[in-house]
Amino acid sequence: MKIGVVTFPGSLDDHDSQRAIRLAGGKAVSLWHADADLHGVDAVVLPGGFSYGDYLRAGAIARFAPVMDKLVPAAQGGLPVLGICNGFQVLCESHLLPGALIRNDHRKFICTDQRLRVENDSTAWTGDFESGQEILIALKNGEGGYVADEATLDALEGEGRVAFRYLGANPNGSYRDIAGITNERGNVVGLMPHPEHCVESGFGPSTDGLAFFTSVLHSLVDA
Amino acid sequence: MGHVVIDVMLKPEILDPQGQAVAGALPRLGFGDFTDVRQGKRFVLAVDGPVTDTVLAQAREAADTLLSNPVIEDVVSVHALESDA
Repeated sequence: MKIGVVTFPGSLDDHDSQRAIRLAGGKAVSLWHADADLHGVDAVVLPGGFSYGDYLRAGAIARFAPVMDKLVPAAQGGLPVLGICNGFQVLCESHLLPGALIRNDHRKFICTDQRLRVENDSTAWTGDFESGQEILIALKNGEGGYVADEATLDALEGEGRVAFRYLGANPNGSYRDIAGITNERGNVVGLMPHPEHCVESGFGPSTDGLAFFTSVLHSLVDA
Repeated sequence: MGHVVIDVMLKPEILDPQGQAVAGALPRLGFGDFTDVRQGKRFVLAVDGPVTDTVLAQAREAADTLLSNPVIEDVVSVHALESDA
């Protein structure tokens, strides 16, 4: 199974994501932002970092990268896509996921080990978890505050589309402690914390992140 | 050469951490009369020749697609720079 990882100018965690994919048993394929081709991959990860310097708004310019012209319709057609941190911001700017990410309410960049609760274990990227499970993964962001209007938040909650919620102190002011969400179909998932940094013992607080990548491989085998 | 000025502000209901930081600093500098600050963005787009209706229409479209995110921001105004006239 081939999982593409898009590198935008300013992406930082693309190689960590590729490594996580390999450790999970997949084949990582490097995708370039200016490439108008997905090279036949079975799933895509939009990694963390600061695409195009995050100038204008985080993820706003990346949304219009040539590779996104192919990725957006593919995601709408069911291709599994995981957006991590900056990738989550790109997914929101692309309208593949609702809402937006704004600057942390405390105005500081935050880097910490974050506890999360898995709220939805039926997405392409969360099948190897169980709903209600607590996990611990790295979190690092400056613009991680998830916001949306009340109607959107109510819809997300009502449809079970809040995929992850922060446990303990809310690290960035995200509405309703939302750390990650999914689209209606469950193939597109975005989250602020970084599972790709938590896939090997000895590096990071846990290996809880590996299940994101094994989940999508299992979902592709079952599909 | 003409210019189009586009002003974008965070929607009123969205927390503005940058504005809050400025609001916190003002009284420390002795400006005690201001109860709130909202910080926005101004874009100035240059064109060869005058700002026509077509140019303005393009600028509005750019404002609605790239320059603002309608989820969190309002395009407050799109207008030709008056000092060009």
